[in-house]
Amino acid sequence: MAKVLVVTSGKGGVGKTTSTAALGAALAQSGQNVVVVDFDVGLRNLDLVMGAERRVVFDLINVVQGVAKLPQALIRDKRLENLWLLPASQTRDKDALTDEGVGRVIAELKSRFDWILCDSPAGIERGATLAMRYADEAVIVTNPEVSSVRDSDRIIGMLDSKTVRAERGERVEKHVLITRYDPARAARGEMLNIDDILEILATPLLGIIPESQDVLKASNVGTPVTLNNAESAPARAYIDASRRLMGEEVAMVVPAERKGFMDRLLGRRAA
Amino acid sequence: MDVRADPTRQLVRLRGRSYVAFVFSPVVPIVEWLAEIDATLARSPGYFVGKPIVLDLAAVDLSSSAIAHLVGSLNERSIRVLGIEGVEEERLAANMPPLLTGGRACVITRNEPAQKPEPEAKPKPTSLLLESPVRSGQSIVFMEGDVTVLGSVGSGAEIVAGGSIHIYGTLRGRAMAGVNGNSNARIYCQKIEAELLAIDGYYQTAEEIDVSLRNRPAQAWLQGDTMKITPLN
Repeated sequence: MAKVLVVTSGKGGVGKTTSTAALGAALAQSGQNVVVVDFDVGLRNLDLVMGAERRVVFDLINVVQGVAKLPQALIRDKRLENLWLLPASQTRDKDALTDEGVGRVIAELKSRFDWILCDSPAGIERGATLAMRYADEAVIVTNPEVSSVRDSDRIIGMLDSKTVRAERGERVEKHVLITRYDPARAARGEMLNIDDILEILATPLLGIIPESQDVLKASNVGTPVTLNNAESAPARAYIDASRRLMGEEVAMVVPAERKGFMDRLLGRRAA
Repeated sequence: MDVRADPTRQLVRLRGRSYVAFVFSPVVPIVEWLAEIDATLARSPGYFVGKPIVLDLAAVDLSSSAIAHLVGSLNERSIRVLGIEGVEEERLAANMPPLLTGGRACVITRNEPAQKPEPEAKPKPTSLLLESPVRSGQSIVFMEGDVTVLGSVGSGAEIVAGGSIHIYGTLRGRAMAGVNGNSNARIYCQKIEAELLAIDGYYQTAEEIDVSLRNRPAQAWLQGDTMKITPLN
C-alpha cells in the first residue's frame, strides 16, 4: 500500500530537502517506487538537489490547478528509473495550493507509487500545513540545538491536530531524524545531546545523520548523498534510516568522533 | 478641529412582526368563567405571568363598562391583556387594549417545563485530563477547574486553568492556575523547567525561579501575595 511521508521541521535550513532526496533515493535503491514532491512553492530546491532543474516543464501547481496532467509534470531520475520528482513552481507562491487540489494529486500519486515523499517548506503556514495534510507518516528533521527542537515540537503538535488522519482520530506515525550532528561538538557539550532531544520531543528516533562535507558536495553536484557516495557516513546513516522506514530493525549508530591517524598518534583532539 | 455634524433626519421605519399569544374566550356568566381561571391559577400560580393574552369576546355581548371591568379583573390576577378581538371598535375606550383582527389559530408549544431538567441532568466536568504531551504552540484553556497532563508541556506551550494544574512530566512552557481568582489553586509538576508560573495573577518567570529547583518535582502556591515554589520531595 502506498505511503505518504512528509519531511518537515518547522525551522528552515535544518536539512529537509537534503533528507527528502537522500531518503527518496535510498528507498528507490532498495527497489521501491518512489516520488519526491516539492511543496516549497516559490522557493523550490528539491529539483537542484536531485539534479533535475534543467528538465522542469510543468510543476505541482500546474497539476493542482488542472493545467497539466500528472505524467507531464513527473520527472524521472536519470540514475534510478524508479525514482521520480514532482517539482514545485518557482514563479508562484503557496497560496496557489488548494487543499482539494493537493488531495487529488496525492490520491493520484498513491495509485502509481509505493512511497510519496513530501518535502515541506519551513514555517507553519499554508505550504507546510498542506504538505503534511495527507501524510500517513512524518519525518521530523531536527538539528541538535534548542530552537530547532522547539520548532519540531510545534510541528509535532500540528501533525497531531491538522492532518486528515488526526481529524479522523487516527495517528500519523512520527519519526525524529537528527541531522547535522557533530560528534566533536557533542563531545565538548556544545550541542544538545540525543537523549535530551528525544525526551523533549517524546517521539521515536529514525536516525542520526552526522555533519559532513559529503552532504554539501552531493548537493552541489545535484545528486542525493545516498547516490553520490553511498559509503560516506551520512549516506550510510540515511540508508539505515530508509530501512527503518520500511520496517526493518537496524541497530542505531551514534556517530563517533573520528580521529585521524596523526591526531591519534599525537593525542590531539579533532576540532 | 471644527467639525460640525449636520442634524440628519431619522427616518421612522415601520416593520411588521407576528407573535403567538394565548387567547381567552370568556363565556357567560363571566363570574363563573373567572372562577375557572382562578382554579387554573391555583394549580399553577403565575402560569400566565408575562404571557401575552388576547381576549376573544365574539361569544359574549358585553358593554363598554363590562369589558373594562373584565380587563380590570384579569389585571388583578396578574393577567395582562394585549388586545381584544371580536367586538366593535366603538365599545373599546381609549385606555383599553386595542382591537386586534386577522388572528390565526396555531398550536402552542409548551417547551419550558420540558427544557428545565436538562441542564441539571449533566453537570459540567470540573477537570480536564490530557493523555498526550502538550506541544509547543498549543494553548489549553480550561476555566471550569483542574487540568491534568500525562506527559510534558513543551517550551512555548501554555496551560490556563480555573483550578489547579498537575503535570506528570516536565513543565517547560507556561502554566497559569486559578485564573478566575482562585488563590487556592496550585501548580504541580514532576520536573520544573517552566518559562512562567502564575496563580491568580501573581507570576514568576524562568529567571526568578530558583536554580536549585530546576529539573526537580515541585509545586507552586500562593502565600498571601507571594508565590512559593518548593520541591515536592
